[in-house]
Parts: sequence; C-alpha cells; structure tokens
Amino acid sequence: MTQALTSKRITVGEGGLIAFFAVLAAYCVLGVIKAQDGAFAFHSALMAAVSAWAIVAIIRRYSARGALPLQEINGVPNYNLGPVKFTAFMAMFWGIAGFTVGVIIASQLAFPALNLGEWVNFGRLRPLHTSAVIFAFGGNVLIATSFYVVQKTSRARLAGELAPWFVVIGYNLFIVIAGTGYLLGVTQSKEYAEPEWYADLMLTVIWVVYLLTFVMTLMKRKEPHIYVANWFYLAFIITIAVLHLGNNPTVPVSFFGSKSYIAWGGVQDAMFQWWYGHNAVGFFLTAGFLAIMYYFIPKRAERPVYSYRLSIIHFWALIFLYIWAGPHHLHYTALPDWTQTLGMTFSIMLWMPSWGGMINGLMTLSGAWDKLRTDPVLRMLVVSVAFYGMSTFEGPMMAIKVVNSLSHYTDWTVGHVHSGALGWVGFVSFGALYCLVPWVWNRKQLYSLKLVNWHFWIATLGIVLYISSMWVSGILQGLMWRAYTSLGFLEYSFIETVEAMHPFYVIRAAGGGLFLIGALIMAYNLWMTVRVGESSETQPRVALQAAE
Amino acid sequence: MNMADHAPHGELDKVTGRTTTGHEWDGIQELNTPLPRWWVWTFYATIVWSIAYWIVYPAWPLVKDHTTGWFNYSSRADVAVELAKLDAIRGGKMAALSTASLEDIQKDPALLAMARAKGKAVFGDNCAPCHGTGATGSKGFPNLNDDDWLWGGSLDQIMKTIRFGARSGHAEAHEGQMLAFGKEGVLKPDEIVTVANYVRSLSGLPTRPGFDKAAGEKLFTENCVACHGEDAKGNPELGAPNLTDKIWLYGSDEATIIETVTNGRAGVMPSWEGRLDTGTIKAMAVYVHSLGGGK
Repeated sequence: MTQALTSKRITVGEGGLIAFFAVLAAYCVLGVIKAQDGAFAFHSALMAAVSAWAIVAIIRRYSARGALPLQEINGVPNYNLGPVKFTAFMAMFWGIAGFTVGVIIASQLAFPALNLGEWVNFGRLRPLHTSAVIFAFGGNVLIATSFYVVQKTSRARLAGELAPWFVVIGYNLFIVIAGTGYLLGVTQSKEYAEPEWYADLMLTVIWVVYLLTFVMTLMKRKEPHIYVANWFYLAFIITIAVLHLGNNPTVPVSFFGSKSYIAWGGVQDAMFQWWYGHNAVGFFLTAGFLAIMYYFIPKRAERPVYSYRLSIIHFWALIFLYIWAGPHHLHYTALPDWTQTLGMTFSIMLWMPSWGGMINGLMTLSGAWDKLRTDPVLRMLVVSVAFYGMSTFEGPMMAIKVVNSLSHYTDWTVGHVHSGALGWVGFVSFGALYCLVPWVWNRKQLYSLKLVNWHFWIATLGIVLYISSMWVSGILQGLMWRAYTSLGFLEYSFIETVEAMHPFYVIRAAGGGLFLIGALIMAYNLWMTVRVGESSETQPRVALQAAE
Repeated sequence: MNMADHAPHGELDKVTGRTTTGHEWDGIQELNTPLPRWWVWTFYATIVWSIAYWIVYPAWPLVKDHTTGWFNYSSRADVAVELAKLDAIRGGKMAALSTASLEDIQKDPALLAMARAKGKAVFGDNCAPCHGTGATGSKGFPNLNDDDWLWGGSLDQIMKTIRFGARSGHAEAHEGQMLAFGKEGVLKPDEIVTVANYVRSLSGLPTRPGFDKAAGEKLFTENCVACHGEDAKGNPELGAPNLTDKIWLYGSDEATIIETVTNGRAGVMPSWEGRLDTGTIKAMAVYVHSLGGGK
C-alpha cells in the first residue's frame, strides 16, 4: 500500500484537466465581469463554479486514489461502470423532465390560457421539451449504453479514467446551459440546434472526447472483430460531430455575450439546417438506437442475430442514403427543384435499408417468440422495433412531394415524429434501461416485472392516442387549408382550422400524460431495483455479467 | 461472406437450421442468413424508380446548371399554372374589383358575389382574430352583424374605417374617444354611480334603489350629450355609441359602466391601408356591409 502510494504520479489527464479548468474558470470569471447580458453572466458564473469544483474534485480524487485501476482482474476485464450508472440515472431524470414539459406544451396548445408568463410560454418551453427528450433523455441513454456495450463486446475497460467522467458530466452540464438558456430567451432559432455559440463550443469539446474514449476502447478490444452495435454507435458519434459543426458556424456579437449570427445565409442556411435536422433523426435517433437494438434484443432474447449479412448491407446503405434525404423538409420552397428531387428519391431508397434493421431486430426473435408472453421488457423492445418499421415506412411516404403537399406543416408531421420518438426511441430506451439497471447495479432481476407490464400497456395506449389523434388532426388540417370555394377562394380561414384542432389537441395531451405516467412507474421500479433488489451473487463485483 | 474464411467454426442453430458466423461478443452470435429476397428486390425497385424519376424531373447538379428532365419541369411554372387556373375560376374579376366603385360593385350581381366571397376569405384571416369568425365580436370588439355602427354603416363609412382604422396612428384614422371622467377628476365617484344608473335607465335596465333620476339626467346633460347627443343616440362622427339600444361594447352591468365612465375607453381598430390592396379592402367592405346591418 505504501509502495503504491509513493509510486503514484499525477497523470497527463489529471494535470491537463486541472490546467484546462483553471483557464476555463478564469475566462468565466471575466465573463461574469464583462457580460453583455444577464443570461451570459449567469452561465459564466455557473461554469466558473463548476470549473472550480472540477479542479477540487480532480485533486481530491488524486489524493484519495492508489495506483490507477487495473485493466483486468484475474483475467476478467475490470469494467468501468460508474459513468454508465451516472448516465442511466440522468436519462431517467431528463426523461421525466422532458415528458412533463411535453405534456405542458401539449396542454398549452389545447388550452392557450395555460401560457403563464414569458419564462414558461410555449415558445420557450417547446425547445426545452425537444432538447430534453432528444438530447438529454436520448443522449444519456446513448452514452450509457454505448459505454456499457463497447466495454462488454470488446472485453476491455473503458479508455481513460477521467475522460468518461468528463464526457458524462460535461454533456449533462451542456444540457443545463442549453435548457436554462431557452427559458431565459437565449436561442439561435434553429430547430433542434437552438443552443448559442458558447454551448455549441462546449458540446464540440465534449463530443470529441466522447469519440476518442469510444474509439480508444475499441482499439484495445480483445475480440478480433468489432460488433455491429459498435459500428452504429461510431456512425452516430462521428456524424453528429460533422452535423454539429456544419450547422453551427456562428460569429458571436461579443465573446462575453450570448448572441451570435450564423455564417450561412438564405436558402443555403435552410438547406444546412435540414441536412442537420434530418440527420439528427438519422444518426442520433436511428443509428444510435439501432446500436442499442443490436445489443439488447439478442441479449434479452438469448438468440443469435438473424442475419450478419443483412446487418452489413443495411448499415452501409443506411448511412450512405440517409445523409442525402434532408431536402424533403424543404419541398415546395425556395430550394431548387433538383435538390428537392434528390431529397425525395433518396428518402424512397432509404425505405429498405431502414427496414433491414427492423427485420434483423424482429427475426432475431425466431425461436424465442414465446418469451413475449412472459417478459414485458422484451415485449417493449420488440414493439419499439415495430414502431421503427412503421415510422420508417411513413417517413419515405411523406417525403413524396404529392403526399408532402398535404402533410407538410400539419400535425401529421408531429404525429409521425412521435410514433418514432415515443414508440421507437422511447420504448427501445426503456427496454435497454430495464436490462441495464440490474446488470450494472449487480441485481438479480428487476424489482417488479408486473410494473413493467403496467408501464408497457399505459405507455402503448398513450402512444396510440397521441399518433392517431395527430393523424386525424393533421389530415383534417391539410384538407381544410387546401379547400377552395366554387368561386375560387379559400373555404376556411386559418383560425377555423385552429378551432377544428382543439379536440385532437386534448386527446394528444391525454396520450402524452399516459406516456408520462408510464415513465413515472418505470422510475419507481428502477429506483426500487437499485434500493432493495437482491444482489446477484454469481459474479464478482468487478466483472458484472448479464443477469441471465 | 469472407467472414467465414477466418471464422473459427460456425455452429448449427437448431431452431433456424442456419449456421452462425463463428464469432461471439458477450454471448451474442450472428447467423449466416442470406438477405431476404423480397427485401433485396424491393430495394432494387426503389433504386430503379429513383433513376426513372431523375430522368423525368430536374435532379442532378452540373457545373453551371442542373439536369432539367424530360419536360423541363419547374415548380415556379407550376405555381404560375395553378394561379392562372384560379384566376379562370374567379372569372378574371379580380382586376375589376380594384377599379370598380363600391356602388358599381353593388349593382353588378356577379361582381358582388365575387366581392363577398373574397371578402369572407380575407375577413377570416385578418379580422376574425378580434371580431370572431362569425363577425359576432366580443367584449371591446364590435359585433358586425347587428345594425349598430360606431363609425357609420354605409359602404363608404365601412370602407373608411377599414382603410384607416380607429385610433390606429394613421393620420386619417377615427380619433374620438370616451373620456376618463373619474380619473381626470371631472366627476366624483358618487356622481359616476348616478350617471351610470341613468345610462342604464336609457335602455330600460333596472336601476339601483334610491337612484335619483333627475340628478342623473342633469349630470348626463352637463357631461355626455356633447358626444352622445341629447337623445343619447350617439354620433358616428365621433364614434360615440347609441346608449338607448340594447347593444353594449363593453357590458351593461353597473360595474362595467362605472369603469367605462371612470377610466374612459379607446379601443383600437388597425389601419389596413397599405397592408391590403384596394381591391381586397373593397371586397372586405362589401362583405362586412352584407353581414346584416349595412346601411
């Protein structure tokens, strides 16, 4: 012990991070003093405090630790599960926050009187909802599962000691900066890319460290090949970096103020925005969650993946075709016709590559279909794949110009997004977390499968109410907008179409409410699993295996 | 696939009858299942369809231009065609609408029908937010279906109100307003109660017990007749409402009338001149005039 203590040295990572946070703290203190606006002063003060805390935490961790953790103990990889636990917890926290805000804004649309003051009006809460569910909930699920899956399928401890913590804490801090910014009115007004320049920079640094941590772990893998889930995670991490940089080249008005202007102009800006927006769906919400599907479904079903060949072909086809499909968000706009054509045709060609993932997910169940009766977690995972299949058929269909001329700007789009978001991303995340929490907290099983069953049915009912009301509402809206009288004038005024939406908005809010109730049941179940769940005794603590 | 070359040994999966690739990650194996034929053929079909679409429509960027497709499709040309069709349906009457006088429009049944139809559509998107989709109004926003007009109900008067608005900031806008008799100290609170009850009595509404009608009449004559007239029937020149009918812009209960007399009223109707073209404003005037109360 004494030997270990005297021989320990401060690592490059520890020293480097202390220096990094010292510089950051100095800049943020200057930011507080010279701030051009209140929001920037608040964010600077927050970051200065966090930087100071980080320096103290790194020094305390250094003085408390012995030598660095071993890569393996008795030939078994010494998996680093702390960052996985942290992000799994944060995913559940942000999930409930994001779903709650969703129910609030859905209610505000149904009953506009619920817009109570500038901080909590629809305009500010809407990006808070989308960012909280996509980036905060979805992002934490992706980081938690990617850090778990890459270790288990590589049989290697996560690369770096502080780097994973830098990623998980930094990413959640980015969410706090972005979210509080929205409430304070800080936004660059690009859908799904609302955070201002300083939050963008912060995310860039964190994302590069995420990429490095992931790649370095893959590089020291003990398996001869890289598992398919990791291809998808890697595609997700790399492409999100490219999209983020492409859509956010902004010039700050001041280095001590929150406002900035985008370098792109006019229709080019719109094209960049939807190239980003569509591929955020493609690589964040599709590729990333397909990675989850490729690990958790075969693991939970205890069956081999249906087709290795299909996984290769649909992976490359998916990532090659998705990146071109963005222009379908700009049909019948100032975007040139040829660009619209490409966006539409690439969306059509994307249909089968998307379904490749669905086939591989569903057919992996061959020989294990009976488990759907007894295992509600597996049922959740499988139903998520069914929703994935439905959304990825609906998407290409809506990208066809003649269909889009009816569906665009209507609630149909909102319904489509939510069949993917609630049904696919939500359910596959829930399924993964239900598997992951007992595994990483070393529990034999979940606290209650009965509660999972309740969650499944309540949330499914919520999704059905949500998407069917938005289908009816959207198609009704689209038909009302295009209706002409025999004399050649619009049949309905805009406000009449708004009135017609009201009942569907009420049903949608109720559907969202059910989905939120399901998530609350889940949070309780996971909490109790960790609190009172029976410890899994078959494995040593350092090398957790699936509770099979 | 070549995977099999260096794979140790694939195992037979008894359920599917397929072999595995021989690899295993954390207990997960993969089967050597070939691509589903229907999947492959559907994928090819979407590619063939896309290539065909690229031949027919503008699709690929070139150095200076782009491929234009078989029939030179352009969405701009499409819009022009659609608009021409619309104009044909409207019988080419849109130009006539902006040149014809309001009287001429009234006399030509075809033009009148067109003006009403256009006016209704324009009303829905511009006026309905305040006046309601049925033009029934709400507190502070007049009902346009009755025959009670603050600023006059002839076609010309309605047209003027729409063009310039009331207290809109436009130089030619209607400017009269209800004065704040209480706030400015012209009337004492008990006098306001008295005059409010007098105003209620003008349209036959019950008054407060002990109300002194003579005192009310005196106060009314001294303070209100200048705008509302001796007969209290209002004055469209000043936008002063008729107080003897049973139509109330803000409400007829005592408390509301007291509030009106105390703090005054100056509701705003925006000016549409410059925001909508002349033909559109005419159509709107004709439509509002036709709602039921036009004079």
